[in-house]
Amino acid sequence: MNNPKDLSGRPPVGTPVAQSLSASSARASRADIPALRGPQTLWWGMALPLLFFLVLPLAALLWRTDMAQLWVHLADPAAAQAIRLSLQTTTTTVLLTVLFGTPVAYLLARRDFPLRRVVDTLIDLPTVLPPAVAGLGLLMAFGRRGWLGAPLELLGIEIAFTSVAVVLAQLFIASPFYVRAAAGGFAGIESELEQAASLDGASRWQIFRFITLPLVRMTLLGGLVMSWARALGDFGATIIFAGNFPGRTQTMPLAIYLGFEMDLDVALALSVILIACAFVVLMAVKWLLAGERE
Amino acid sequence: MKYLIVTGFLFTLLLTVGGCISSRGDSTADEKPQEVVVFAAASLTEVLTEAGKTFEQDHPDVRLVFNFAGSQQLASQLAQGAQADLFASADQRQMDAAVTAGRIDPADVTIFACNRLVVVTSDSRIDSLQALARPGVKLVIGAQAVPVGVYTQALLAAASADPLYGPAFGAGVMANVVSYEQSVRAVLGKVRLGEADAGIVYASDARAAPDVHVLEIPDSLNQIASYPLASVLDGPLEEDSSTALARQFIDFLHSSRSRDILTGAGFSVECAPALEAPASDAPTSDAPTSDAPTAKASISKAPTSKASTP
Repeated sequence: MNNPKDLSGRPPVGTPVAQSLSASSARASRADIPALRGPQTLWWGMALPLLFFLVLPLAALLWRTDMAQLWVHLADPAAAQAIRLSLQTTTTTVLLTVLFGTPVAYLLARRDFPLRRVVDTLIDLPTVLPPAVAGLGLLMAFGRRGWLGAPLELLGIEIAFTSVAVVLAQLFIASPFYVRAAAGGFAGIESELEQAASLDGASRWQIFRFITLPLVRMTLLGGLVMSWARALGDFGATIIFAGNFPGRTQTMPLAIYLGFEMDLDVALALSVILIACAFVVLMAVKWLLAGERE
Repeated sequence: MKYLIVTGFLFTLLLTVGGCISSRGDSTADEKPQEVVVFAAASLTEVLTEAGKTFEQDHPDVRLVFNFAGSQQLASQLAQGAQADLFASADQRQMDAAVTAGRIDPADVTIFACNRLVVVTSDSRIDSLQALARPGVKLVIGAQAVPVGVYTQALLAAASADPLYGPAFGAGVMANVVSYEQSVRAVLGKVRLGEADAGIVYASDARAAPDVHVLEIPDSLNQIASYPLASVLDGPLEEDSSTALARQFIDFLHSSRSRDILTGAGFSVECAPALEAPASDAPTSDAPTSDAPTAKASISKAPTSKASTP
């Protein structure tokens, strides 16, 4: 390994971003082996149908959208409101995810505790559940007659139909992506490195801050981007738990869904923005991380 | 390049084989009941399922396949070329959209059922329509894109024009709206869960939910939602065997047996012209006028004596 950053000698695991990075190093090393160079046409022939299938709907969407009218539609107050709300809520979700998700990931990766495997599985559940199930569960817990919702309402705190509900829905759906990635990152660090720092007199916090964190930085960032993208795209949990009110709970996916029925052009414009946002951010992170690895 | 050609060939082969298998499935369909695909408004879910079962008992050669969703969604799907034989919309606007898309012959459209709005509440303190404008009431209504949302707006406009409610009524109610839901069932769900204090839904939906309080809306303000029905064209004036079967189901939905099922579920039928009933329904058929007063009868907390046809 000629990569000074990757001291553990293991590729980072857990997120598509990290995975694509380890794939790129695999790609580079394999090109040197003559037996694996051969003609690629068969692989291309087999790969093209799926690539075509994945790209086609996006291309059709872009082609159908009148780019000249795009800005006009985005200036539409409902569309602008939805974009603003989506940015505000996903930013909050991502901050909460880092704040509360990092300790969970650290514990899962580093400490053995009873039912660790169960907790580990529970963390994965929201990522495979239909978002509508998540929405219903949140209603039962945080709704006005829910376990926590009812006592909170007595205290004068209302969650239903507010932007707080949107953030909770996003947090439930999206934070496991970050926790999963971060746990993979923490688990990949060789404990000898931290022990060495400890022998040199570093405090626990210093070890975490100057050894552990720099080593997993890329993995954390990758996980964070994934959970942000997931939060941005959530529809089911949001509409069931938070409802649909412009400026308060109507995020971009909700505006697209109801826009599809009201005004297809506005819905298309918002869709293009969502695709562009997701593409630019995913791409930027890949470049950033690839640059760091060089 | 050789590989590409081989792969291309393999793919073609795969597709052909797949095609053969599926077309073989079609050829054996003679013995199986023929499918009639029905696109119907979400508010018709229970009643059409029940009516469909009755119809299938009489027609063992037909199997009805339902796709229940918001009318606006169904109309969009039809416009995009979705395969269907029948479309039952919750309002004329979405039926018109399907007509504009060339999937429906406007001459074929008939009204087969009607519905009216009621207020459902999870809070018994909301005891009048006026109470909806009280500050602090959490109200959910249908979004503008959904038929029930359009009827709700029309209702509020009518009430605001009524001196009994006053011009501020509509604005007061709208200020209490906390969510514009994407279907009438979503509105009902939020009220049943107690998330919202009140919602505006169809009488038939309220009938299906015994755990909510139902407030009647005066006839003078109420909006009558009519359900247009038509067979769907596969192309410009193109018909096949399933279209004929779809026609049979349309006739059945206008028959007195179907009307009993509809009124039993909280719909009214006085707005729908009675077509001549098929022979099998002859014994119980009665004039639509005799249905009218009972169907108009109020549907309040206790589903009042539905003394329609015996």
